[in-house]
Amino acid sequence: MQLTWKTIAPVPTSQEFLDIVLSRTQRRLPTQIRAGFKISRIRAFYLRKVKFTEQTFSEKLGAILESFPRLADIHPFHSALMNTLYDADHFRIALGQLSTAKHLIEQIARDYVRLIKYAQSLFQCKQLKRAALGRMATITKRLKGSLEYLEQVRQHLGRLPSIDPNTRTLLICGYPNVGKSSFLKSVTRADVEVQPYAFTTRSLYVGHFDYKYLRFQAIDTPGILDHPLEEMNTIEMQSITAIAHLRSVVLYFVDLSEQCGYTIEAQVQLFHSIKPLFANKIVFLVVNKIDAMRPEDLDPTRQELLATITNSGEVEMLKLSCHTEEGVMDVRNQACERLLASRVEQKLRSVMSSAGGKEAADILNRIRVSRPIGEGLQPFIPDAVLNRKRYDREDPERRKLERDIEAEEGGAGVYNVNLKKNYLLENPDWKMDKIPEIYDGKNVYDFIDPDIEQKLADLEAEEEQLQESGFYDEPEDIEDEEEAEIRTKADYIREQQALIRNAARSKKSTKNRAVIPRSAGQGKKLSEMEAHLDKLGLESSKIAARARSISRGRAATRAAKDTDAMDLDGGSGAQKMTPIERAKSRARSINRREDGIADESGRTKAEKLAKLQQKRMNRMARQGESDRHVSASLPKYLFSGKRGMGKAQRR
Amino acid sequence: MRIFQCHFCSGPIYPGHGIMFVRNDAKEFRFCRSKCHKNFKMKRNPRKLKWTKAFRKAAGKEMVVDTTLTFAARRHVPTRYSRDLVAKTLNAMQRVEEIKARRERVFYKNRMAGNKQREREANRKLVEENQHLLPKEMRTAAEAIAEAEESMALDDSEAEIEKKEMVKVKIPVKATKKKRAVPVGDGMDVD
Repeated sequence: MQLTWKTIAPVPTSQEFLDIVLSRTQRRLPTQIRAGFKISRIRAFYLRKVKFTEQTFSEKLGAILESFPRLADIHPFHSALMNTLYDADHFRIALGQLSTAKHLIEQIARDYVRLIKYAQSLFQCKQLKRAALGRMATITKRLKGSLEYLEQVRQHLGRLPSIDPNTRTLLICGYPNVGKSSFLKSVTRADVEVQPYAFTTRSLYVGHFDYKYLRFQAIDTPGILDHPLEEMNTIEMQSITAIAHLRSVVLYFVDLSEQCGYTIEAQVQLFHSIKPLFANKIVFLVVNKIDAMRPEDLDPTRQELLATITNSGEVEMLKLSCHTEEGVMDVRNQACERLLASRVEQKLRSVMSSAGGKEAADILNRIRVSRPIGEGLQPFIPDAVLNRKRYDREDPERRKLERDIEAEEGGAGVYNVNLKKNYLLENPDWKMDKIPEIYDGKNVYDFIDPDIEQKLADLEAEEEQLQESGFYDEPEDIEDEEEAEIRTKADYIREQQALIRNAARSKKSTKNRAVIPRSAGQGKKLSEMEAHLDKLGLESSKIAARARSISRGRAATRAAKDTDAMDLDGGSGAQKMTPIERAKSRARSINRREDGIADESGRTKAEKLAKLQQKRMNRMARQGESDRHVSASLPKYLFSGKRGMGKAQRR
Repeated sequence: MRIFQCHFCSGPIYPGHGIMFVRNDAKEFRFCRSKCHKNFKMKRNPRKLKWTKAFRKAAGKEMVVDTTLTFAARRHVPTRYSRDLVAKTLNAMQRVEEIKARRERVFYKNRMAGNKQREREANRKLVEENQHLLPKEMRTAAEAIAEAEESMALDDSEAEIEKKEMVKVKIPVKATKKKRAVPVGDGMDVD
């Protein structure tokens, strides 16, 4: 529920209101219209104007109506307070007027929209619009009084203290000038004006304080005079409203010293006259200014008079002096204590009586606090400890401590504690043994096992069994003669293969080039070929004879000089030849496509074979002789980096 | 003091050697040398590296199941020192080690058992297929083969026919090679 109304938007005066709405219409809607436009467009233009204005009016009025609290919806205390402060009838009428105005404006808009629909010209449309807006403006002007009133109410509402009617509340009331505000000031942090004249406090004031970690609010009310309700003014009525509607502890302040200017009789009389308002509330009679006059010091008649208040038993008397701060906190604490107790009791009662009462009772039944029977747990102290003789330094037969041993053996820094002497072993002689930790690259402790003997015996038995079953017998393996021969042959073959492999590897430096570079070594000699063929067990004599016959036919001069005709390109022989000799010695060029091939079918076969041969090479994307190769024009290693010593060409 | 095991290669770590890494869950990882440490940091799986004990055990290269291996174990129950027990233990350690070595030898032998046979097969095959690489006098003589063939023809003409058909089917280039090699085996079969 809303407790404060600080956020209500300001209510404009009627003139401002009009300005706002009309300028908005002007700003938000198109303004260009010509007589030459289509009539439907002109009608739409003005219809829109009227409708928009009406919309703005109702929107604004609606916002104002919404923002003000409805007296029926808020807490009775607040509605009663508003009634006393602003007069509920007046308030309702003002809001009612706004609401009526809203309805009227909507009515007007509907009427004129209907008329504009049938207007024949731009002028007609315009006049109808003017009339509509004019009537709306007239209605708004009539709201002048209500709007002004509502603005004032708004301003006052915003300044009202935020009083929560449901929280823990102390209500301070009494005659004017009895010290209500000074009590509030001394109890809470509220900065209340305290003056030595009546009606200093003219409205409700709220202060907050904490007691037992709970937040309490204390409400200071204006003073009340003792006269009938109808004659009370607004200031007094606020107090009455607060007393009547707030569920709180009422602290009725009296001033026995009569410094306030009212007699004790009058104050007691007032209490009795507003007593009906205290029904179902905790009431305290608080005697203020005890530094000036204590209740005990009163003459008996007045004491009796005062006793009429406390006689019923419901009202308790408390004493304090705001001047000397005597009893202020006592009063506060006592009041709070009573309030808390009553609130808890009330809550419990309401819970038990409501639908959840059964559940609450169930939970209460389940809670049980157990306590140990008898004397509870007793510590157990072993006899050895109980019978032990108390250590005494002076006693010559005292126990020998490690400290004593240390002193005997040369004191701190010299004496080394022997921890081994405290070992608990089967045989005390073993205490100083050096225990082997590592043996034969193994941790001895991993092998230590109480039943090692048993396990070892088992192992030995197993071993014996294995021995018997022939587990350890070495299988005989004899190589016969044939196997040995095969092995020697295989070894020979492996060696040969290795040689071939190496030769092939060293040949790789030619990089698949068809032309064998000089660096690849000299050509094979006929003798080499013969030897190789012999080794393979092939007939070599025919081939050799043929090679010789061919070479001999070429150059007779050479044959005389060089017996080895196979070496045709041999450097030494060629250099000595004259150019004519060289030309003669050179083989006649022949068509290589037809060379060595008998007929057409042979050639196609050869081509096919050549293709087949090339296939693998192509598949592996190997570099071939016919591949175009462009070496890098600017090799990076030659052109990058900082140049140090030396020439560029030496890089 | 004790000899720890390398987390990676399972080698022994003697006091004062190696390095230890303690992960944030307090698990200790000891390494015998920087090689193991580095491999661990590279998150390599020791079971996949041939030089680790873990690989050798997983690949069946070492004895894994044996009674002798159950003697060394970290036990949860602490045992109090006893001179007799330690003496017994030391003797047992020696004996167990002896037996273990013996069994390991047998294990190795068994593991290598098939090798000789395989080697022989390979040699035989190599020699059969690479007659051309042998010097002439060492070759299985072509004449001998021819003789064998003739003798076979006398024995069984059907076999001869079969073989000829086989030869026809095969690629001529290879057939020359096979001619030399095949009859040796075939002839033996027939006999």
